[in-house]
Amino acid sequence: MSRAPEHAPTFTRPPLARRLEPWLPVLLIPALMLAGLVLIPQGSSWLTLTVSGLAMGMMIFTIASGMTLVFGLMDVINFGHGAFISFGAFVGATVLLALPGMAGAADMPANVAAVALAIAAAMAAAGGLGLGFERWIVRPVYGSHLKQILVTMGGLIVAEQLIHVIWGGEQIAVPRPETLKGAVTFAGAALEKYRLLAVAIGLVLFLGMRWLLRATRLGLIVRAGVENPEMVQALGYRIRRVFVLVFVAGSALAGLGGVMWALYQEVITAGMGNQIMVLVFIVVIIGGLGSVEGCFIGALLVGLLQNYVAFLEPKAALVSNIALMVAVLMWRPQGMIPVVKAK
Amino acid sequence: MLRAILSDDLPRSRLLAVLLAVILVVLAAAPFLLPGTRALETAARICMFIVLVASYDLLLGYAGIVSFAHTMFFGMGAYGVAIAAAHLGPGWLPIGAGAAAGVALAALTALAIALFSLRVRAIFFAMITLAVASAMAVLVSQLSGITGGEDGLNFRIPRELTPGFRLLEEPVFGTRITGRVIAYYLVFGTCLALFLVMLRVVNSPFGSVLQAIRENAFRAEAIGYRVVVYRAAATCLAAVIAALAGAVFAVWLRYVGPGTTLGMEIMIDILLMVVIGGMGTMYGAVLGATIFVLAQNYLQALMERAAAATAGLPLLPDILNPDRWLLWLGLVFILSVYFFPAGIVGRLRGRA
Repeated sequence: MSRAPEHAPTFTRPPLARRLEPWLPVLLIPALMLAGLVLIPQGSSWLTLTVSGLAMGMMIFTIASGMTLVFGLMDVINFGHGAFISFGAFVGATVLLALPGMAGAADMPANVAAVALAIAAAMAAAGGLGLGFERWIVRPVYGSHLKQILVTMGGLIVAEQLIHVIWGGEQIAVPRPETLKGAVTFAGAALEKYRLLAVAIGLVLFLGMRWLLRATRLGLIVRAGVENPEMVQALGYRIRRVFVLVFVAGSALAGLGGVMWALYQEVITAGMGNQIMVLVFIVVIIGGLGSVEGCFIGALLVGLLQNYVAFLEPKAALVSNIALMVAVLMWRPQGMIPVVKAK
Repeated sequence: MLRAILSDDLPRSRLLAVLLAVILVVLAAAPFLLPGTRALETAARICMFIVLVASYDLLLGYAGIVSFAHTMFFGMGAYGVAIAAAHLGPGWLPIGAGAAAGVALAALTALAIALFSLRVRAIFFAMITLAVASAMAVLVSQLSGITGGEDGLNFRIPRELTPGFRLLEEPVFGTRITGRVIAYYLVFGTCLALFLVMLRVVNSPFGSVLQAIRENAFRAEAIGYRVVVYRAAATCLAAVIAALAGAVFAVWLRYVGPGTTLGMEIMIDILLMVVIGGMGTMYGAVLGATIFVLAQNYLQALMERAAAATAGLPLLPDILNPDRWLLWLGLVFILSVYFFPAGIVGRLRGRA
């Protein structure tokens, strides 16, 4: 009788490259920062640019997260997302300009209250617009990407024109509240206070969204809905309601992003939403349509690259983002963090 | 004979046939029928938009691909001619070389975009074209040394095409045959030829495969057609035709600028023309472009009058302001996508 063959399994650690693979997209951010540090001669300008790039990335993430979730959940591609940005920016600016006493005074709590009010108004207005958009524009064209793109584009045109009707054809200057003006100096680099605030808001938002999606029941349903909406429905959840909720929340976030962008640029136009959408599309594509984490990483990459390149070679800024998109699509055709869908 | 020229794709509606015939006759005889330079400008614009919209319909209506870069390809043709003519001097050779370069660039760009986006997901295409087109528009306005920046480029064209040139001493039917008339017939002839070529393409086996892909890409692939290849080919073809239209239009205008060739506004105009005329039929492009250009020229004046008449009322003058005419077009656009996805041509054919 022969002995049983030796089959004690051996556990080998997978090689480093394999263990790093899921982290590669995340590691791109420090890699890009390092590349910037090498290419940009002065350390202080690098720091300024990095903060500015992070601020821009956070704002783009705020805007893009809603859009990517809406796509992931319901396979709806919304080209009218830019309308929520512009609308939020105009409503927020109106509130700020109507409160000169609170926004103009050199008083920190009053300034913060004014900005908070503007943000609340903008989010409410953009969310309301989103509710109408979902009901009247998106709902009749479920299932057909072609019609979705056309109709939401039409909705964008109408919304932009309505902004012109309400607020006039001119651009509006939006001064920052007193205590948010100016910069703090850190390690020889001038860091604008407002940009630091934008980074903080974006970070809080990202962590909050992650918590909501990972640790709450609602988040569980949303994530399950992204993976397999029919199964979620079969289990007794009204996926349509969840979708409307996500759509409205996404629109409100775009409105928030609009206010943040308005205070960042200090001037707003009706077409600003559509201009930002170019960056948002790039972010959503390279992040992986439907993935919030991918969207976050993509937004930071785009923001940083845009600022570094604009410093080194101003004319190449937007082209560099196209190049980034091409490079990412060559590496991972579905985006950096592809969303797994149950078929 | 007529069947052969129209590639067996007859209008299939008496009213549609009459409308098309009227448009063809008026455009063909425009220099003689319509006095004045403004009318001739409008006629040339209609010719050019018919080709541009038809080539866009090849993508949107037949292949089911949404592109926002069609004006970019149009602009490549136009800028190719303009840059060559402005830097190499007026002459047929620079114009031809510029047009060829523009068309080649358009074809290559279209191929690259198609391979990058269509390979993965068809909806990427819409987003990527939007991004690339805006990057290109920014680039053109920044490289002002070559492209003239926001001001655009004025350039001279061969003497035979300028108003100062007389082909015949005697007027024909009361119209002087100037270089302008020759230039108009250059535009008209090219546009007619391109239109008939496209009609041929969409009614060929290739066109049928495109429609099959539009209806069900998965099934078309299963039957054995390489969906990506067909979609990429349609994209390239549409880009080449748009670039040719751009080249011809640049020669006619003797000017190119970001506003007239690359702007997002023109892209939206094209979208409106396709949808209003009717997606998925070449004749829709003819009707859509004609109605739209006429409306653009004459309806805005009407709106101005309406706005002035309602000046005392609240809100109405703001909405009726001619600057807001996109508001109304946007509404018409949304409603027609919902209720008349087949457009005017679809309605006419449905009734017959």
